[in-house]
Order: sequence, then structure tokens, then C-alpha cells
Amino acid sequence: MPESSTVKDVLSSSVECRTSPLRRFSLSALHRNSLGVFCSEDNVQECLSHISQEVSSFGLRPAWTEPGSGSELNIVAALNCMYDLIQLHRRGLRTLENMEVEQLKSNSNVDFLQLSTTRLKEQLEISKRENTGLLERERQLQLKVKSLQNCLKNEKEEVQKLQNVIASRASQYNHEMKRKEREFNKLKERLNQLLVDKKEKKQAIDVLNNIGRADGKRSLWKTEKMEAKHEGEMYKTLLSDYDTRQRELQLENAELRKVLQQMKKDMVSILSSRKPAAKGDKHEHGGTQAASEEEDDEAFDSSKESVELYCVHAREKLTNSIRLQWRRLKSHVERLDSQVSSAQTGESKSTDAVPRETHEEEMDRLKLEIQQCKDFIQAQQQLLQQQLSSPCDEETASLLSDCYMLQEKERLGDEWKTLEEQRKIFERERRNFTEAAIRLSHERKAFEEDRATWLKHQFLNLSPFSDSKKPSLSKSKSAFLISAETDSSAAVAPEKFIKHRSESPRCVPLTSPSTADLYRTLCLIPEDSSTKPKRKTEHVEESSVFCGNAPVRHKRWDGIQDRTLSQEKNSSI
Amino acid sequence: MTNHTAPVSPVSHHRHITRNSCDCKMNFSEVFKQTNQLCKVSPDGKYLATCVQYRLVVRDVSTLQILQLYTCLDQVSHMEWSSDSLFILCAMYNRGLVQVWSLEQPDWHCKIDEGSIGLVSSRWSPDGRHILNTTEFHLRVTVWSLCTKAVSYIKYPKACQKGIDFSRDGRYMALAERRDCKDYVCVFVCDDWHLLRHFETETQDLAGLEWSPNGCVLAVWDSCLEYKVLLYSLDGRLLSTYSAYEWSLGVKSVSWSPSSQFLAIGSYDEKVRILNHITWKKITQFEHPAIIDNTKATVYKEAEKRPGVGSDEMPLHNITMGATLFNTQSKYEICPLPVQIPVVKPDPDRASPKIGISVLAFSSDSRYLATKNDNMATAVWVWDMQKMSLEAVLEQTSAVRCFQWDPLRPRLALCAGNTKLYLWSPGGCVSVQVPTEGGFQVQSLNWHCSGDSLILLGKEQLCLCYMDTDQEDK
Repeated sequence: MPESSTVKDVLSSSVECRTSPLRRFSLSALHRNSLGVFCSEDNVQECLSHISQEVSSFGLRPAWTEPGSGSELNIVAALNCMYDLIQLHRRGLRTLENMEVEQLKSNSNVDFLQLSTTRLKEQLEISKRENTGLLERERQLQLKVKSLQNCLKNEKEEVQKLQNVIASRASQYNHEMKRKEREFNKLKERLNQLLVDKKEKKQAIDVLNNIGRADGKRSLWKTEKMEAKHEGEMYKTLLSDYDTRQRELQLENAELRKVLQQMKKDMVSILSSRKPAAKGDKHEHGGTQAASEEEDDEAFDSSKESVELYCVHAREKLTNSIRLQWRRLKSHVERLDSQVSSAQTGESKSTDAVPRETHEEEMDRLKLEIQQCKDFIQAQQQLLQQQLSSPCDEETASLLSDCYMLQEKERLGDEWKTLEEQRKIFERERRNFTEAAIRLSHERKAFEEDRATWLKHQFLNLSPFSDSKKPSLSKSKSAFLISAETDSSAAVAPEKFIKHRSESPRCVPLTSPSTADLYRTLCLIPEDSSTKPKRKTEHVEESSVFCGNAPVRHKRWDGIQDRTLSQEKNSSI
Repeated sequence: MTNHTAPVSPVSHHRHITRNSCDCKMNFSEVFKQTNQLCKVSPDGKYLATCVQYRLVVRDVSTLQILQLYTCLDQVSHMEWSSDSLFILCAMYNRGLVQVWSLEQPDWHCKIDEGSIGLVSSRWSPDGRHILNTTEFHLRVTVWSLCTKAVSYIKYPKACQKGIDFSRDGRYMALAERRDCKDYVCVFVCDDWHLLRHFETETQDLAGLEWSPNGCVLAVWDSCLEYKVLLYSLDGRLLSTYSAYEWSLGVKSVSWSPSSQFLAIGSYDEKVRILNHITWKKITQFEHPAIIDNTKATVYKEAEKRPGVGSDEMPLHNITMGATLFNTQSKYEICPLPVQIPVVKPDPDRASPKIGISVLAFSSDSRYLATKNDNMATAVWVWDMQKMSLEAVLEQTSAVRCFQWDPLRPRLALCAGNTKLYLWSPGGCVSVQVPTEGGFQVQSLNWHCSGDSLILLGKEQLCLCYMDTDQEDK
């Protein structure tokens, strides 16, 4: 107890401290005893010296430096000394107080410890008493056990005795019974004899006429031959029974064998398919695996034999091989099991260790990843689509064949076909368009001429012939209409054309529609005829591309124009 | 009189499952008199012989018209058809007399008098030309030949539960014998009563013997004091010995399956043990617990309901009126498991206590086994021999008197000493009121060999029940 030791130290030091005041007190008492009071007029010097001595003994500076200087007190020094003394005194008082508190504390501590010791002593007493009680009980119980054991032994003996009694009685009864039975038999014999001897009321049969045997045969004499025949028949029945049973068993055996074979085959196939996959652990189980493989081949051969041979040897081989395979399969399964269980335990550990939040975080992350992957896949698909829509060259085709599976290729082929079809359609439309353009240019030419003539007429004469010119315009229009109608696929086009024409004059009254406008208008025709919306968009795209190229091509068409025109003329003629 | 019946099927309470084997229209004949429950159909299934006091009446099964009427010398105690359905044996045990009647020649007669030696049992030999009479005190068995009037004796027959058994093909007879305080078995050739084999059995007190249906194995069992079943080959070799336990009461009943594949042994420990025919070891054992919690089994409980007003309010004079008017209706209900079967504790101080499996019966196709445990008299247990498990339990309101399997189909008929007939088949269970006047109480029943009709025997009456099954299943 470090606390108490320190307390002790403090106590001892305080005791030491007290010695000097005691001494001082005794000295002062001495002085007082001699003079009544400590200081008087006479002994000022002495007192001074005494005080200074005392003060220096306290380790303070003396209040006056030189004693010989006179009786004057150096007031400052005395005051300082007094102050120091008072301080010292206060400090002493404080320590005293502390000491007292400490003492109180330690006193109470001591009390408490004493109390606890008494309590513990009491407890000890009680447990001691209990212990003795328990010991007493144990002794009693042991005594009881002993008596019970004795009882048991007695009972056992009793049982044995009773059993013996029963057995002896049983044997006695058996003996008695046998005796009685013998007597009974004797009585029976006697009765039989008496009944046979008795004349009246004999056994009799009274039949009107004998009836034939059920099988129609005559009854047979008992001869040795008959006996032999009966024996023979009996054995025949037994034999036939054993035969049928053997056949049944054979059938069953054959079936079971078949099942075994099948099982073996399956096992072998499973194990052999596993082997290449499990090359990793083959290294671990190196020696045994190799050995078992050898056995495996051997077993397989033997199984082939056993299909044909039903001899003991073959059967043994078959069962042995099955057993072998089975063992291997079992070990394999066990290993798998252990793997699974270890994995599971690992998993469970990880789940235990990782809190739920991290799980969720992980989940979110994974979800995000999935989404990203999906987006990626979609983008890829789109790119693929685009690539497909643009005419594929050989390189891309080869790339595709390299990259994609057969199924994918087929799908692409299909798409390619549809695209081809679309291209054809487009080609046809282009042709139509060319024709239409030719016609249009033709019309324009006619219109230009018309306008020229009309302007000429307008210019020349401003009055009465204006009406007569109208039909010519309408005629040209109608001619255009007819030509448009010759285009079989463009059934809707004419109206649009008319509309277009009726609108266009407002802004550009006397100019024909621009080629781009015309193209756009014409593009509507295949749009209507097309069936799939997807294709429609593609078509629009292509047509726009085409529109960009239009002027260049138009030039070319102009070259053709004349020829087609002449052809048209020829056909019209 | 007809009764339309719909079986309670194990599938659902509410739906009536129509199965050919059970959902049938039943026709009941009118009631005829009989005494001593002597009523037998000829083995060929054409005739029905009944004894009324000292008269023997032979009817045509299909028309129920009387074909022949014979008058015996006294009240008949036992009646039996010969195997060829040509002769009928009537035994009058108290007079020591046996009379034989011919169906073809009504005026032919035969009378066998055992004299003062007495008669306790009489039976046909399988050829239908010999009669085996057991005399009083089992002094001897007398074999009478109807062909030659010859008589021969077999001495020392043992008085026991089942001391004589003929093999199914009628070729051999096994007879338990007791001489010099030892049990023996004699195997006779029935053709000429030649003693084929004679061997001592390892039994303390032989109680019974039974041929396997194929006639090659003879099962012999000891008295109930010792659980012991011995299996002998036809040539007298001991094939196997089986003993399930020692000291307490043993075998109570033994039955072969028709396929000779199984031997079922019922014992006083309320269990049935099934032996196989190859190793003669136990395959399985069927226990008969008081609480059934086997979820695979269906428990049919007969539920009675009284028609009309409650019995409390019924005036006294009404009860005295015709009992048939107030016959209780009953039907089967499927009990949710577990089910508690009522058990009667046997009196331990009395001999041959009412406990243990007393009746065992295999269905004709060996598929099912029906059993009855004596301390659960109201329950019949049906076991599936393929699954080797409990198939159904029929819990009746009264003690089961008798049950028998249809000779052709897996269909069990049972009676419980009341006015109802009960049928069980795998498809379901049905309870039929026998619609006769005067409270016909079915004490016993017998199937016709075709499985198309049932003979119901009351105390002094009989009634035929025809099953108009659909012909589809044939």
C-alpha cells in the first residue's frame, strides 16, 4: 500500500519536526521558570541572542546582523524575521491540519479494513460450517449408495434366484406335462382300442353307389414304383420352383448388372471429363492420381469382358472397378464439398467483417458498372449498325466474320439483303426521278417557250387575244400531269406537284421550283412506298446525300436527256 | 333395392372420385334364412348352398332360385363344397355324422358314421373324393374314400390352431403330429395318401402350419409362448428359422402372400414382420401405434349421423317402431393427422390377452396387406407392400368383425356387426347401408369367386350384394 507508507512517512517527518518546538518550548519554559516572563529589561540581550540563535537554528536570517552593535533592533530585519516566523508557523499549522485529515482518513481506513476482516472471518466461518455439512451429507450419500448397491446386488441375486426358480419350475412343468401327455396318449391308445373292440356303433360308411375318381382313373396300388414316382414328382415340383426362382433372380441380376454398368460408364465419363479440368490439383495428388488412372484403364477393359462373361472372376472385377470408381467419385465429391464449405466459411467471414454500408456501396458501384457496360454495349451496337448501313467493303466484312459469331453474321447478312433490296428500290426511284427530271426540263423548255411567246404576244398586242393564250398554258400543265401520271409508283406525287406549283408562284412567280425542292418533293414518293420506319430514316439520309450530289448528276442527266427525249418521241410516234 | 355410393377418396373431402373399383351401383338381394352362418358358394361360382336347420338348400347364384333341397339327419354344424362343385358335405358334429349330397344325382346319398368315437372336424380332400374326419380328442384322422368306401387312419394328429393344410394345387397335405412329446410333420401325397415325408420339427409346442401358395415351402410356427417360425422345404429340409424376440408372447397369426414372396407374421407385440422368400430374413416390420402421424397414410374415420330429429327429443314410443326407420347413416371422413386410435388395454391376468395382430390378409395381387390389432378392435390397417408403408387406416365406430379381399381386385370388404357394409380400395372408401327390413346385421361376409358379388351373413339371415362395376376395367 503505497498510500499508507507515504502517510507513515509524513507522520514520521511531522514527529521529527515536532521535536524542535518541544525543545524550544522546554528552553523557553526554562527561561520562564527563572524569570517569570521570557523577556525583561535586564535580559534583552540574552533574549536577543537567544532569539537570534533560535532563529538561525530555524535557518532564517538573523534579525540583527551584529549582536555587538547595540540593543537597537533592526526593525526591518526583525519584522522580516517575524513575518518569516509567522509564515513558518502558518505553514506548520497547515501541515498539521493536513496531517490530522490524513490521520482521520487512515483511521477510517483502518476501521473499514477491520470491519471487512471481521466480515471475511465470519464468511470463512460460515463456509467452513457449510463445508463440514456438505462433507457430512456426502458421507451419508455414500453410505446410501453403498446400501443401494447392496440392495441392487441383493435384487440381482433375487432375480437370479427367481429365474432359477422359474427355470426349474418350467422344467418341472415340462416334465409334468410330458408325463401327463404320455398318460394322455396311453389313455388315447386305450380308448382307441376300446372303440375298435366295441361291437355296437361302429364307424361305418353308407354309400348308394361308389363314385369315380375325379380324374376318371382307377385308384392305384401302393407299390414301390408309386413311391418312386411320388418322390420324383416332388423333386420335379421343387426343381421347377427353383428353376423359376433362378430365372427370376437371373433376370434381376442382369438388370442390376446393367444398372451397374451404366453407373460405371457414367462415373468413368464424369471422372475423365473432370481430369483435364482438374490438372491443377493433379499436381497436388500427383502420385495417387496417376496410379488410379492406370487402374481406370484396366477397370474399363475388365468391364467389357464382364458384359460377356458371367463368371466369378469377371463379376469380382466389375464390382472392384465399380468400387474403385465410386471411391474416387466420393473423394472428388468430398473435396468439392470441402472446397464449397471453405469458400462459404470465407464468405461468411467476409460478410461478418464487412459492414452493411460497404456492401451497399459495393452494390451501387456494381450497378453503376453494369449501367456503364450496358451503355457501352448499346454504343457498340449503334456503331455496328452504322457500319452496316454504309456499304461494307471486304475489309470490314472480314473483320465482321472474324469478330462475330455465325449467328450474328447471318443476322447481318439478312440486314445486308434488306439493304440491297432498299438499294434496288432506291435505284428504281432514281430512275423514276431521272425520267421525271427529264420531263420537267422538257416542260420547262416548253414553258419557257410559252412564256416567250406569251410575253411576245403581251408585248405586241395588249388587248383582245389574251383569252386565247390561256389554253396553251393549261395544256402544258396537263401535259405535265399526264407525264407524271405515267410514273406508276408516284400516285400521290401529282397533287403535291400541283400544290407546289400553285404555292411557288407567290414568292417566285415565274420561276420553276429549284432542283433541290424538286428532289425533296420527289423523295416523298419512295418514303410513302417504303414500309419500315427504320429504313425510312436511312432513306432520307441517303436522299439528302444524294441531293448534295444532285447538280453534278443533273449535268450528266442532261446529257442523257436528249436521248431519252428522242426515245420518248419515238415511243409517242 | 339399390344403393348408389360414392367413395370418400383420399384426395379431397369434397370431391367424389369416380373409380371403377369403388364407385359402383350396388344391388342387394332379398334376405334368406340360414343357420350357423353356413352359406357357401360352389368353387365354380354357379351355386349357393345354405343350411337352414337340418335342410340344405342349393340355389343358382344368378337367379337365386332353389335348385335342390336336401334334408339332413340333424342340424348341420359344418358344410363344405367339394372342389369340383359336384358334392356337398354336411357334418353334424354332435351326432358324429357326415352326409354327402350330389348335385347331379339328387337321389344319391352317402352317410358316414364315426360312431361313438366322436367327430370334431370334417373336411374334403382336395380331389373331392375323400373325406377327412378328425375324431374327438384328436385320437385320429379317418380318411374315407367315396370311390372305394375304403377307410384309413392317421394316428397322432396334433390338436392345435391349424394342424392340417393342403397345398394349393391339392397334391400334398401337411399334418402336424404329436408323439412322444415331440412335434412332427407328416407330408402326404393326396392322390393315394402315401406318406411322403415325416420329420421332427424344432418346436416346443407346434401351433400351426401352412403351405406357401406355390406349394414348395411349409411355414411352421410355435405356440404363443415362444416366438419361433420355421420354414421347411417340401422335401423336409429346414430352410430357415426366424425368431424376433424371446420371453414374451409370440406369434399370433401367419399369412403367405399369394405370390409366395412374403410371409407376414403377426405377433402379440402389435407388430407384423415381413419375411422374404430368398433369405427368409425380415424385410420390414409394420407397427400399429395408437397415434398415427405417418403423413403418407390416409385415415378414414367412420362418422355417424342420425337422420331427422335429435335423439333427446325423440318420444319413447318412436324408438320401438321399426329399427330400420331410425338406422343411423354413416360416412367416411378423412381425418387430419395425427389421429388417436382408441385402444383397449387387455387384462393382464387373463390368458390369451386381447392384444396383437390376429388377422392378416394379403390382397389377391399381393400389393396390399390388411391387418387387425386386437386391442384396437375398431381399426383395420392397410399396408402397401410395394412401398412397405402404411397406406390407410379405417377407423370404424364399432368393432370390426370380419374383412376379406376381393379375389380379383385390390378391394377390401369389411363388416362390423351393424347394418352396414364397408369397402376400401386404393381409390377411396365407402360405407353402404344394407337396405333390408328388420335390421340385418352383417356378422360375416364372403366374396363370390368372380369378385362381382358379396355374400353377407347375419345372425340367421343372408343377403347377396351385387357390384355392378363398369366393365371397362376388364
